[in-house]
Amino acid sequence: MPDAQATTIPLPVIALVGNPNTGKTTLFNALSGLSQKVANYAGVTVEKKEGTCHDQHGKLLRILDLPGAYSLSARTPDEAIPRDVLLGRRADTAKPDRVICVVDASNLERNLYLAMQVLDLGIPAIVVLNMMDIAEARGMKISAATLQQQLGVPVIPMQANTRQGMERLRVAMSQAELPLAKLGEYPQSLREALAKAHELLNTGETNPDSNALAGTVSLICSRERDAAAAPGIEAARELMERECPGWEENLVASQYKRIGELTRNAIEQTRSSDPTPTDKLDGVLLHPILGWLILGGLMTALFATIFSVATVPMDWVDAGFGWTADWIKTWMAEGDLRDLLTDGVLAGVGSVVMFLPQILLLFFFIGLLEDTGYMARVAFIMDRLMGLVGLNGRAFIPLLSSYACAIPGIMATRTIANPRERLITILVAPLASCSARLPVYVMMIGVLLPGGSGGVWMKVAFMLGLYALGTVGMFLFAWLFHRRLRSGTGSTMILELPPYKVPALRAVLLRLWSRARVFITQAGTVILVISILLWAATSYPKPDAGDDTDRLTQSIAGQLGKQIEPLIEPLGYDWKMGIGLIASFAAREVFVSTMSILYRADDPGEEGTRPLQTILREQKRADGSPLFNTKTCLSMLVFYVFAMQCMATLAITRRETNSWKWPLFQFGYLTVTAYLAALLVYQGAGLLGY
Amino acid sequence: MCAGSSGMVDSIHLECDDSFRLREMGFMPGARLRLVRRAPLGDPIEVEIGGTHLALRHADAALIQVRIMPDA
Repeated sequence: MPDAQATTIPLPVIALVGNPNTGKTTLFNALSGLSQKVANYAGVTVEKKEGTCHDQHGKLLRILDLPGAYSLSARTPDEAIPRDVLLGRRADTAKPDRVICVVDASNLERNLYLAMQVLDLGIPAIVVLNMMDIAEARGMKISAATLQQQLGVPVIPMQANTRQGMERLRVAMSQAELPLAKLGEYPQSLREALAKAHELLNTGETNPDSNALAGTVSLICSRERDAAAAPGIEAARELMERECPGWEENLVASQYKRIGELTRNAIEQTRSSDPTPTDKLDGVLLHPILGWLILGGLMTALFATIFSVATVPMDWVDAGFGWTADWIKTWMAEGDLRDLLTDGVLAGVGSVVMFLPQILLLFFFIGLLEDTGYMARVAFIMDRLMGLVGLNGRAFIPLLSSYACAIPGIMATRTIANPRERLITILVAPLASCSARLPVYVMMIGVLLPGGSGGVWMKVAFMLGLYALGTVGMFLFAWLFHRRLRSGTGSTMILELPPYKVPALRAVLLRLWSRARVFITQAGTVILVISILLWAATSYPKPDAGDDTDRLTQSIAGQLGKQIEPLIEPLGYDWKMGIGLIASFAAREVFVSTMSILYRADDPGEEGTRPLQTILREQKRADGSPLFNTKTCLSMLVFYVFAMQCMATLAITRRETNSWKWPLFQFGYLTVTAYLAALLVYQGAGLLGY
Repeated sequence: MCAGSSGMVDSIHLECDDSFRLREMGFMPGARLRLVRRAPLGDPIEVEIGGTHLALRHADAALIQVRIMPDA
């Protein structure tokens, strides 16, 4: 029974390995099509991309796109994945039956460095020489046949973006038996010591063959080690250091010597390389003056698009949720369940999902920037500035995106290789004033500066000041964390500037889809739960009679607001504002609607006709002075600049740091900062006589 | 070294833990490289080695001793 067999015998697994920017993912997309699934490797936030494809005979194969790496001697968590998968050291991923080594033909030596390490492990392999067109443009003539003869494994020239060579690859993948690579030997002087190191690392296993030695080499040269293997690796390294000083250098040198011998006959430089389109483009895009102008222009255009184009579908989503709530109200009998659906689930989820169009647009633009190769240039231009506070140039786009929404910003930090710099970027991203803060800013500035006073420019200056305050906070905390967080891995930045390419729309859309799915599933579940909890807190216990305001003031949230009044009084807030702070815990802009419910009810004017700002301005304290005086408004604004009032961001931080520790820390430090800053502003302004 | 000039790697400073990765990336004694440009703010620098363009910070590039070669 073939069907029963198919379920019991696991499918053969083919893994794709290669340097970053070799077109590995393009090839993976071409092979697996829509069958691909993206998840995380257990315990780390590295994407695990898997799919299936059919070989020439219609047999189903599993195909695994391993993260890009320059060497099996891993330096980052991303690079440890291909090493551990190929060595069969990962519990969640079976050791692949075959590998396809994707090699950038225009940059053969360095790419062969990894390919040789993989071939040395003794896994049946196919070498794909990708980007043959670029190699040709650079005046190189590469003989795949010569390479194949010398390596002993199939070598297939290809252009994955135009699918040239795909047929030959499928034929090679369909071979029942793949020949193993012809192995070179380690220099005799190293071999003996390596055998001893292997014995030490594998608790007494003697007489390792060359394949096993290659595995040991990749482990003991790794800077990224798991806790379990670290003591053994340290002992093995000490042994190597004792027996052959300078062993690491010799290993790399012998590897490059083998590569030199391989390529000597396979590459022919027919003519000197002309300046490539990339060289010409970089002359403009990285120009000392033009570079800045273009970067600034592009970012302005990007934000203008996000804020103008995204508002249209955002209104649709908002209207859609409102319409659905109305529809439920007409069809369901009045009661708790109806309220739960309309005021809890729909209102809560809607207030966050409303930002989905904006988030999708950002994902799309970030994907375009990554795919064209411009992202690396932005990092190159900005590295110096970001370096001042201990960040990497690659942190620039994620942090800039956070001014629209921190969620795509935090998800884009995966391009930062150094785990410490990545964590710092995630932690400070919510300090960028995102668009959910705008409604709060607009309302409070409106209360602070009524229509005539100071004019429009004063309001603009205030708004800019708030953005500047958040930015200063962001850099300050990045610098503080940089000083405090120590890490073992070095901070050397080696940033590759890959050739520019026309983005593959399909690849960009596929990534957009997978990121959107993460947002909806990860943030969505948390938002749903918190929305229901918040709804319950603002609805129960139910008053016997009364309107919305009575309901809110007598609810758990209302009582909580009164209870925290002593705590927030030094900031200049009354208990109603306390309720607003609690209600906007899940999403900042909820503050505005809560304020509206709380203060509008006492309004002597006709209901819903006068602007909320006017009503707020008329509120009085017990002593008759205005409630929303200058110092209270300032204190509230400063609070919202710093406070971490966004559950969705916390959910994404949890996913991206793979622990509850960091989102809790993020929430804690931002809330404390917000409180202290608001306290300072209120009390300080008081001393100054406002 | 000024932008556009070529050189040959002489030696790499050993103490730094990351010098191993620089070697793996092709910064081997005898390898030819070219300083393509400096970033608009002076740091990092763009180096072409073995057909790849890599950006390195000054602090890291200082580990690599280069012998400047006259243009061919």
